[in-house]
Amino acid sequence: MSWLQRLKDGLKKTKEQLVGQLAQVLQPGRRLDDALLAQLEEILITADVGVEATTEIVQALKARAAARGVQDSSAVMELLKEILKERLRPAEGALHLRSDGQPTVFLILGVNGSGKTTTIAKLAQHLKDDFGKRKIIFAAGDTFRAAAVEQLGIWAERVGAQLVHHKTGSDPSAVAFEAVERALREGADALFIDTAGRLHTKHNLMEELKKINRVVEKRLGRAMDERLLILDGTTGQNAISQAKLFHEAVSVTGIVVTKLDGTAKGGSILQIASALKLPIKLIGVGERADDLREFKADEFVEALL
Amino acid sequence: MFSALTEKLNSVLTQLRRRGALTERDLDEGLRQVRLVLLEADVHYKVVKKFIDDVKQKALGAQILESLTPGQQIVKIVRDELVQILGGTRADLHLTQWPAVILLVGLQGSGKTTMAGKLAKYLAEREQKRVLLAAADLQRPAAIEQLRQLGAKLGYPVYAQGRTPLEVAEGALQEARKSSFDVLVVDTAGRLHIDEELMSELQEMKQRLQPAETLLVVDAMTGQEAVTIAQTFDQRLKLTGIILTKLDGDARGGAALSMVTITGRPIKFVGVGEKLEDLEVFHPDRMAERILGMGDILSLIEEAEARVDAKKAEEFIKKIQRESFTLEDFREQIQQLRRMGPITKLLEKIPGMQKIEVDERALVRVEAIINSMTPEERRRPEILDAKRKRRIALGSGTHVSEVNKLLKRFDEAKKMMKQLKGKRFPQIPFGR
Repeated sequence: MSWLQRLKDGLKKTKEQLVGQLAQVLQPGRRLDDALLAQLEEILITADVGVEATTEIVQALKARAAARGVQDSSAVMELLKEILKERLRPAEGALHLRSDGQPTVFLILGVNGSGKTTTIAKLAQHLKDDFGKRKIIFAAGDTFRAAAVEQLGIWAERVGAQLVHHKTGSDPSAVAFEAVERALREGADALFIDTAGRLHTKHNLMEELKKINRVVEKRLGRAMDERLLILDGTTGQNAISQAKLFHEAVSVTGIVVTKLDGTAKGGSILQIASALKLPIKLIGVGERADDLREFKADEFVEALL
Repeated sequence: MFSALTEKLNSVLTQLRRRGALTERDLDEGLRQVRLVLLEADVHYKVVKKFIDDVKQKALGAQILESLTPGQQIVKIVRDELVQILGGTRADLHLTQWPAVILLVGLQGSGKTTMAGKLAKYLAEREQKRVLLAAADLQRPAAIEQLRQLGAKLGYPVYAQGRTPLEVAEGALQEARKSSFDVLVVDTAGRLHIDEELMSELQEMKQRLQPAETLLVVDAMTGQEAVTIAQTFDQRLKLTGIILTKLDGDARGGAALSMVTITGRPIKFVGVGEKLEDLEVFHPDRMAERILGMGDILSLIEEAEARVDAKKAEEFIKKIQRESFTLEDFREQIQQLRRMGPITKLLEKIPGMQKIEVDERALVRVEAIINSMTPEERRRPEILDAKRKRRIALGSGTHVSEVNKLLKRFDEAKKMMKQLKGKRFPQIPFGR
């Protein structure tokens, strides 16, 4: 099954709902009037696109329809796709993987329960299968939550990665430091530094993240290759606040949107893309390792609408 | 929590309040603003619509447009309507069965396992129940281990025998009966509400356990999907309530409003932090008032009563009156304060204090400085010379200047207390 097919399957539930709604609104022969625009607005808002982005999109749609003399609602769908794609294309961005023999270092961030550990496992599998990265190290930087170390340990075993861990309650920076040392010493291909889930508004915990970042950068002598923020696809407008504050703390290099295999539409990425200009690097649309894939605006919109 | 919503609603309603008489057009404009605020807070589109319609109906029906204080009346209507949507009165757990089973369900990452630990602690400590935990999440790696560690930390047993979630759950129920536990809290694997197979599994588990409570655990940051999620879980499992987690961030929590409106199921608890004691009973009225910026003093007082040692508070007052207040008492006060949780969280509950930033670490440093003193030094700070201060600074990882600053503040505090002496002390809530 092709990647596109799987993406479509993953987003199927989302799509079924949305298409059902759109089909109702966009009946052939129906004129593009204010009532229709109001209904489109409702659909976008219930997709978590947010009031601001929705207003912009609907305005753009209206202007474009007027300019091109689009009257019939059947052409509206194409216009809407066009606008969404345009807004999302700048947010495409590939993972930055090193090819100079140095380990590619990932810092994995996010609020509690967003899917950090699972993403690490999937991404590691992806690097192994598709990029021939063989030697991978996981650093168990969640030293706070009960059994977080064990959880990452089980994934390390399944994926065939090595695990660097200290005991619960210890300093996550120390874990990260030791893992970097080991990655450099043993010539690892990739290092994933897991972190404890934290709400972006907790000052002390965000300081702790900065410290991890500093410690690792100092030892590496360069910035980490990816500082990925893991966003739960079911999150609403709070996603924007998360992206903003994590970005302020450690200058995020990309977003990974998880759990898009439910009915959630992840519309908040439209605002993250336009307001924060942060690239969406990966989206997760299912349980399997290869259900975590590169984000492509066109594919995403096509699968969605 | 909810503070951003409060802020925005406040600015809108203050604008309304400033004006004398309102026209219907003013009302519409105000409500349009309220609508935007609610949508941005993730309240579901349809719920917002109903809310605005209801408020407008009531506002017009009450003929407030002709009244002298229309703005204030709108505030009251909005507040009452919010209370209504949030569930009216508070809803307690119904644990009349024996053993009473609490089944926790929800999506992946909503916080079920942590909530199982929090509920166990709450029921054991506040309601004196004997609690057994069941680890029926066989899906997520180390989920059982996580619950085991939480159980071990709290000193409650965790049942985890069985090859399937059903086996674990049923075994746990038998164990609860045999060993006469009062409550069995069952943690289950996170699942998508559209996962047919796993939803059927839950239905069967519910059938066999006949739980007293089936609670949906939902992330407070959930967007518009909260409605679909709550609706589906409710249809399949007939929920008895909802628990909202991660409310300690800046989530505006509109999902709460939506889910209660759509399912009619009450929110019973809210998770407000990562520690096991960070669990609060949900009060619709207090929450509504909090949304409107009226603060949540009642919760604060209750928390103070639960965590502050009343006897120590009384001793403290006596000491002040006798002027025998020492650095040791000072440290005790700081510890009492810190026991109530992060200061910022306390401030959140006080009207107008939501936006004040407090450096939590400053308190930690003060405590460290006092800890680095000898008992003698704490009782008689006047003996502190340069040498002693250097030692204290070194021991606490601070600077001599900070030690000096603390001593100066302490002196000032003592002087202030001297002046207070003789005057009547204000009744403090901890003393009861």
